[in-house]
Amino acid sequence: MTASDALPGAPGAIRDTYLALTRRRRLYSGIVLLLFVVFFVSGFRIAEDRNAGGFLDGLSHIFDFPAAMIREAAEKAANLPGHMLDVLPALVETINIAAVSTLLGTLAGMVLALLATRGLAPWPRLAGVFRRVSDILRAVPEIVVALVLIFVLGSGPVPAAIAIALHTTGAMGKLFSEVNENVDPKPLEGLASVGASWGQRMWLGVIPQVAPNYFSYALLRFEINIRASAILGFVGAGGIGYELKNAMTFGQGKLDEAAGIFLVLFATIVIFDQLSSMVRNRLTYGA
Amino acid sequence: MTAAIALQDDLLARFRAKRLRAFVIPGIILVYLLYVVVAFDVPGLAQRARLDNAAILLTDAVAHKVHVTRDNRRGGVEVSIEGSRRMVFAADQMPDWVSIDGETVQIALPHGHSVTYDGPVVTYHHPDYGPIRMVAGDGVQLDLPTATLPDFINASANRVSITTEAGRLTMTRSRTETMRYFPGWELFFFDLRSPFHAMSWTEIAASVIGGARIEPDRSNLSLMISNIWNNDIWRHKDVVWALGETILMAFLGTFGAALISLPLAFLAAGNFAPSRAIRFAMRRVFDFMRGVDALIFTIILSRAFGPGPMTGALAILTTDTGTFGKMFSEALENVDGKQIEGIRSTGASAAQRYRFGVIPQVMPVLLSQVLYLFESNTRSATIIGAIVGGGIGLLLTQAIQTTADWEKVTYYIILIVGMVILMDAFSGFLRRRLISGDGSGR
Repeated sequence: MTASDALPGAPGAIRDTYLALTRRRRLYSGIVLLLFVVFFVSGFRIAEDRNAGGFLDGLSHIFDFPAAMIREAAEKAANLPGHMLDVLPALVETINIAAVSTLLGTLAGMVLALLATRGLAPWPRLAGVFRRVSDILRAVPEIVVALVLIFVLGSGPVPAAIAIALHTTGAMGKLFSEVNENVDPKPLEGLASVGASWGQRMWLGVIPQVAPNYFSYALLRFEINIRASAILGFVGAGGIGYELKNAMTFGQGKLDEAAGIFLVLFATIVIFDQLSSMVRNRLTYGA
Repeated sequence: MTAAIALQDDLLARFRAKRLRAFVIPGIILVYLLYVVVAFDVPGLAQRARLDNAAILLTDAVAHKVHVTRDNRRGGVEVSIEGSRRMVFAADQMPDWVSIDGETVQIALPHGHSVTYDGPVVTYHHPDYGPIRMVAGDGVQLDLPTATLPDFINASANRVSITTEAGRLTMTRSRTETMRYFPGWELFFFDLRSPFHAMSWTEIAASVIGGARIEPDRSNLSLMISNIWNNDIWRHKDVVWALGETILMAFLGTFGAALISLPLAFLAAGNFAPSRAIRFAMRRVFDFMRGVDALIFTIILSRAFGPGPMTGALAILTTDTGTFGKMFSEALENVDGKQIEGIRSTGASAAQRYRFGVIPQVMPVLLSQVLYLFESNTRSATIIGAIVGGGIGLLLTQAIQTTADWEKVTYYIILIVGMVILMDAFSGFLRRRLISGDGSGR
């Protein structure tokens, strides 16, 4: 111990504070990590308890169903192209549901975002209200709206399209209003100085600036919505999901049909993912 | 000069192209929407739509009805909520608007309407129209004060139904049923077996604070809580468990996927992969897992693991492993090599280089992505729960499929939306706290 240790700011004091700080940080991260492990392990055990089949038990059977499906599909390999052709109308319906809901949701989300962005909103006091509206639209899972609408409108593609469109509106409203916050105000000021109305300022001053961003988000959403519309079909909203459910409930003997639908669905999702990421890349990095 | 003309031509051509686009793009959208209107058979929807269902849904969501039912074959009158076997009033619990005296039943309805059952003879007293007499025998015989049938009565040889603003009455040869509507959700806190059912809130408060013990071996407060918790109609205990299961599915699925994909992402990142072949293979694996939809995984896994939250968690885990693998490996490719070099220069081992050189750089990005997906998976877990049979999604689909419990559907929807908004706020709060530490987010 030398005299310099006693001075504040001396190397020893700095080292001590640093070490104390590190120790405290380590303690905190340790506690967080421990809590996480406890939550994870106990959560796993609860889930295991409340599940019909156990985890380890199921793990050994995980490939039973795919194997049975592949076996059956291989036995009736000649039927497979036929099955895949048969589900094409249903596939078109699923894609249409996704496309319409993306289109309508994006347009509605665009308006909602403009109404909810501070600095752009025509009624700044209501901006917070529109923000809450988009939060609530985003929070309602599609399945809730779809099931309620199926009860009223009967099963078919329309309930699914409305449900996904509502959710898309909320999601887009939030994303777009984040984009809008970074808009350059100069074109808006220029338009305002020549007496442009709110609609003209938005359409000519904001939209051209943000359109590439909007478009890229809309494409990303389209990918998500294809998956969502396949899932909603499974709970009764038409399209390829519904066909899949029918093929699955017949079980043995119809598994080749299910395999065909699996293949078509997989191919569709991969193709649309690739297409949309290609277009988005071109938007970001130029042609 | 020629340059100026060329420029002018170019500009005019661009204007023309732009003008064309301004019309063609909305035109294409419109044509597509028209095609969809035809393809989805929207005009036919008007006929298929069941607006009466919508009316049932709306009234049922905010009101409940009490049925006074007489069995016309065996005799005997029963008063129950929503006509449910589990909500039948006992003899000492009868509401004050029903008086039963053997085979004679007096039912008072609002707006001065009333109904009298006198064995198989039923009289509906309408203050503006007069008494309507019905006799159940071989079919239903209707006796009206006027010659023509008013529009609030729907009658055939075997069935008569009267719908007024005061309530509803239906009569067939097998039974007579009068329904009176009340606002609110029935028996939300206490079911009919509970001693607190008949009490008002002030009476309940008084009995909890200083009343005599209803059950000698426990306090009124604990009895009250247990009565609410074990409510037979609303099943609060099961609902809370279901919400917990849904969040559990999202939690196990998201964080399990993150734990699995972190080491795999190193193999798929260009600057860490041991060889190009492994990197290529890993990327294709992630692409495959993302491409195979959550729906397909859910179906395959529910065959192996049976219904329950574990299956849902595994379905989320498998899908998200692909997503995280891609996101994480992209984040890893963006790390700064200088920090790793610095650590290497101190003679650190490979494990130490990763721990101190790489992880601190990517951790904020990764955690933010994980938390973001956790929040969105809470929503997905509702849907996946409906398919695998677990969590609040299952309760919701069951309630909708019975097409009778719309008040429960409303209740579940409110709970789901509340849960998602809470998780959204919680994940946003954690992201701000853990990552930037200054409260500015991201």
